Amino acid sequence: MRASRSGNIWQNVDWITIGLFLVLVFFGWLNIYGASYTFDQTSIFDFSNRAGKQFVWIIGSLVLGTVLLLIDYKTYDVLAYIAYGAMILLLLATPFLAHDIKGSLSWISLGPINLQPAEFAKCIVALAVAKYMGRYEYKLRTWRDLIVPFALIGVPALIIMVLQKETGSALVFAAFMLVFYRQGMSGYVLWTGVAAVALFIISIRWGAVALPLGTGSVGILTCMLLLTAVEIFFICKEHRMRWQALILSGSVALIYGICLLINIWIRMPFDWISMGIVGALVLYMVFVSIYWRKYALLLVAVFSLGCIGYTQACDFVFTRVLQPHQRIRIEVLLGMKEDPAGAGYNVNQARIAIGSGRFLGKGYLKGTQTKLQFVPEQDTDFIFCTVGEEWGFVGSIGVLLVYLFFILRLIEIAERQRNSFTQIYAYSVASIFLFHLMINIGMVLGLLPVIGIPLPFFSYGGSSLWGFTLLLFILLRLDAARMEQLR
Amino acid sequence: MINDQYYRRRYVISGIAIVIVCMYIVRLFYLQVIDKSTAGQADSNALVKQTIYPSRGLIYDRNGELLVFNQPIYEITLTMRDMGKEWDTIAFCRCLNIQRKEFDERIQEIKDKRKNRGYSRWTPQVFMNQLKKEDIATLQESLFQFPGVQIQKRTLRDYTYKAAAHVLGSVGEVNQNDIDRDDYYARGDYSGRDGLERTYEKQLRGDKGVEVLMRDSKGRMQGSYQNGELDRTAKAGTDLYTTLDIRLQLLAEELLCGKIGSAVAIEPHTGEILALASNPGWNPKVLVGKERSKNYIALLQDKSKPLMNRATQATYSPGSTFKTIQSLVCLEQGAITPNTLYPCSGPGSSPIKCTHHHGSPVALDRAIEQSCNPYFWCAFRDLLQKDGYGKDNEAFRHRYALWREAVMSFGMGQKFTDSDIGEQSSGSIPSINLYDKYYGKTGWKAITIRSLSIGQGEILVTPLQLANQAATIANEGYYISPHLNKNDSMRIHRHNLDIAKRHFEVVKEGMGRVMIYGTGRHFAVDSLHMAGKTGTVQNPHGRDHAIFIGFAPLEDPQIAVAVVVENAGFGATWACPIASMMIEQYLTGEVKRKDLRKRIGESVLNESVKKW
Repeated sequence: MRASRSGNIWQNVDWITIGLFLVLVFFGWLNIYGASYTFDQTSIFDFSNRAGKQFVWIIGSLVLGTVLLLIDYKTYDVLAYIAYGAMILLLLATPFLAHDIKGSLSWISLGPINLQPAEFAKCIVALAVAKYMGRYEYKLRTWRDLIVPFALIGVPALIIMVLQKETGSALVFAAFMLVFYRQGMSGYVLWTGVAAVALFIISIRWGAVALPLGTGSVGILTCMLLLTAVEIFFICKEHRMRWQALILSGSVALIYGICLLINIWIRMPFDWISMGIVGALVLYMVFVSIYWRKYALLLVAVFSLGCIGYTQACDFVFTRVLQPHQRIRIEVLLGMKEDPAGAGYNVNQARIAIGSGRFLGKGYLKGTQTKLQFVPEQDTDFIFCTVGEEWGFVGSIGVLLVYLFFILRLIEIAERQRNSFTQIYAYSVASIFLFHLMINIGMVLGLLPVIGIPLPFFSYGGSSLWGFTLLLFILLRLDAARMEQLR
Repeated sequence: MINDQYYRRRYVISGIAIVIVCMYIVRLFYLQVIDKSTAGQADSNALVKQTIYPSRGLIYDRNGELLVFNQPIYEITLTMRDMGKEWDTIAFCRCLNIQRKEFDERIQEIKDKRKNRGYSRWTPQVFMNQLKKEDIATLQESLFQFPGVQIQKRTLRDYTYKAAAHVLGSVGEVNQNDIDRDDYYARGDYSGRDGLERTYEKQLRGDKGVEVLMRDSKGRMQGSYQNGELDRTAKAGTDLYTTLDIRLQLLAEELLCGKIGSAVAIEPHTGEILALASNPGWNPKVLVGKERSKNYIALLQDKSKPLMNRATQATYSPGSTFKTIQSLVCLEQGAITPNTLYPCSGPGSSPIKCTHHHGSPVALDRAIEQSCNPYFWCAFRDLLQKDGYGKDNEAFRHRYALWREAVMSFGMGQKFTDSDIGEQSSGSIPSINLYDKYYGKTGWKAITIRSLSIGQGEILVTPLQLANQAATIANEGYYISPHLNKNDSMRIHRHNLDIAKRHFEVVKEGMGRVMIYGTGRHFAVDSLHMAGKTGTVQNPHGRDHAIFIGFAPLEDPQIAVAVVVENAGFGATWACPIASMMIEQYLTGEVKRKDLRKRIGESVLNESVKKW
């Protein structure tokens, strides 16, 4: 029995994913060697440098992967909650055991090696979420059904953000939104997220830019105009009356036109006028929802009011809640501040490194930006710079496409499951990889603020490599078991 | 799964992944294909181009004797952006043995864009230059402590002899003009400022090399870039062999000591300048290195004008030496024959007195020998009036134009434009226009310009032109523009005169007689068969200028000489002995007349002449 089951594992395991995993790990290793290469370098296996150390981590990761494949698949289901509890305790204890590394309290020393428990938390949270949502009797029908899953991801995220001061690692838990969405959470939640980001950027970037006419700021007016458009869209959608949309947009346009006219003589406060229009539409929606019992519009009304408050709060959040270094990173990203020597240094040097790679790259081990250490963190969070500089546009899109293929493969694996637990877990894995890819590459390319999270399999570091190995190989083990469950 | 109402959401999630990756690919395309600015920025981050300076070509005399060579010096450059916060200024000052105040002042100067237009934080700026090996030894040992500091080796000129300063010229730092005009130069480079150093700058300077080095983010050097594929070695400048005979040059300068004047010696059949001495001059070593600018200003302010190369830039009336040309032109243009006789009443002659006592009437050979002024006045008058004056003086003016053209065909009154001597004056042979302006078209006659007949008046020539004149007579009718580069034969620049050879024979005969019976007889050396003509030139600056032109041996001239000693008196007394000894030196290799050499060399005729 044991022999036949282990035989099954090697037949049923998804070799395509393992192949992609090996490609990414190997290419990542080459680039760590490239990034940490100096001119008196001897060998990629020299254990005194990072490529040599990464080799040890890779060997460890392969061993870990093999062990994970050999463990009985039921173990993960059984141990999910216990592991979750243990992990919460470990995360709580970490700040007290850790020593401060660049302001972060997330590292525990185990003899010669440092480990970051937060990297392993992702996997365990995914298992717990999968276990909770994969129960036979669980159905995602109302927002109440999401309370526990949100708590499952919220608690470790809060611990990591507040106690360990690792904002990046905590943000990763936002990836679970895609999992919930797949399981039936309303798509409007995702849209709300997109709206929140958009409103935040607009109100921060243009909040202080005065309008050319009247009084008020470009940021507030833009936010309110967007909100007005969203409101009209929903009123029209829920009410099923096309002409109403026309009347409403016409009236709004008329009000703005009159204001513009008056503005010739009296300077009009356009931000207050736009907020008034949004408020009037809210009242209208409340009226409609009660009168015609279209309660969905009530939600839109609440959302609109929330947005008005949120735009007002953005500035407060930005100046008071965010840490100064986070604020500067965002200002640099939005082009509000030039600081090539300070906060913008990483991003600027990363841009130079990638840009100077041109189409075909400078060639392996020939990148001057990375060889000469102009890009800080170039073998960890900014490892993609080395790819861009030495392998050029061709190599960079090659890596991106391998990742895309890898993530699509994980979604494919998720979809072929007949077991909710495995499917939810698989989506968690796919979402976490996607989130890491998006944040890390977006940061390196200067499209997102600097958030320190690793590029899976590429960035130097044992914790992250082993954390991702754990995440991936548990999925592969569960996937390999999908046939066994049929029997 | 069965009954999965959200099945289609897998496409939304896959779509999100695809959209993100596509956005990133677009961004990569922008960064790596469209935006071209980053490649240069990466290079300026990482690559340091270090210039390797070629050694400047050496300068030799005609016998292969080394005149100018190079000595190593060092300069210290700073790259401001590499000097971090921990940069230890005090230790740096201690290494160089300078005060903190000096350091700060120098840094201010470097950063001042008005004084230092090329300033950039990213490129090395010269902090101190022209340092000796011992000045930088301490710094060199602890260079690693000071990021951004480089020691650059350069060369300075050094000289074997304290001679020929005017000819050799000097090397100095380039100015903004040079940098703008020629992209070979960068701030702090050196180039030939005058003399041969300037004329042959392109040959002597060689090609700069470059070494492309990499530096890391901390400013530490990390070896050569791409295994030195982009490096270029420096190519040393090409050596210059001059036509100078340094022994002759030294003798000329020795004999001119204490006097203001110049001496030029030319090898007649090649046009090669054997010696070109101008006094006062300076020791070429004082215009080198740190002391250069200070000394240059002092030289500039010296009232005796040592920076002026009197041999090529000073102009004098040629005086009686001009009678040789006068004879040739009058013979050629048919005003006289060798047998034509003119009367001379000695000092009582009119309109021009004779300064010598000799028989009367005289023929040409005796007239040259005795430098008879009335003879040449009569010859000149007859030449100009040969066709009468004509209507509106047209015939006379035409004759004058022909005469002037013939005089100028000796190279007089104009620069040798095909020569490699940079600093030249043209002098002047007065034109018809000039006299028209003074006197009106019909207002001047032969008698008006009588001074010209004996080389006085408005006629002005340089000593170089005088020497060339002597060479032309020695060559019997041609000259090759005088020049200083031995490798450039200049034979293609042969200038032929329209004067028959037989006329030259007469004049040479006369010049030979000068050295036997005439004004030069006291300084002749029998065996050398010298020929010459003295001149004593009245001038508004004081005593007469002493002038002598000559060549030897008479039959097969090897050397032509012109000597001018300002305000010295008779040409025969001061200019002739100097020329005579130079001829002796060149033809025999030594000066046997030790007493004469000592007497002339040690005579101080002008107290203002300083020894540099």
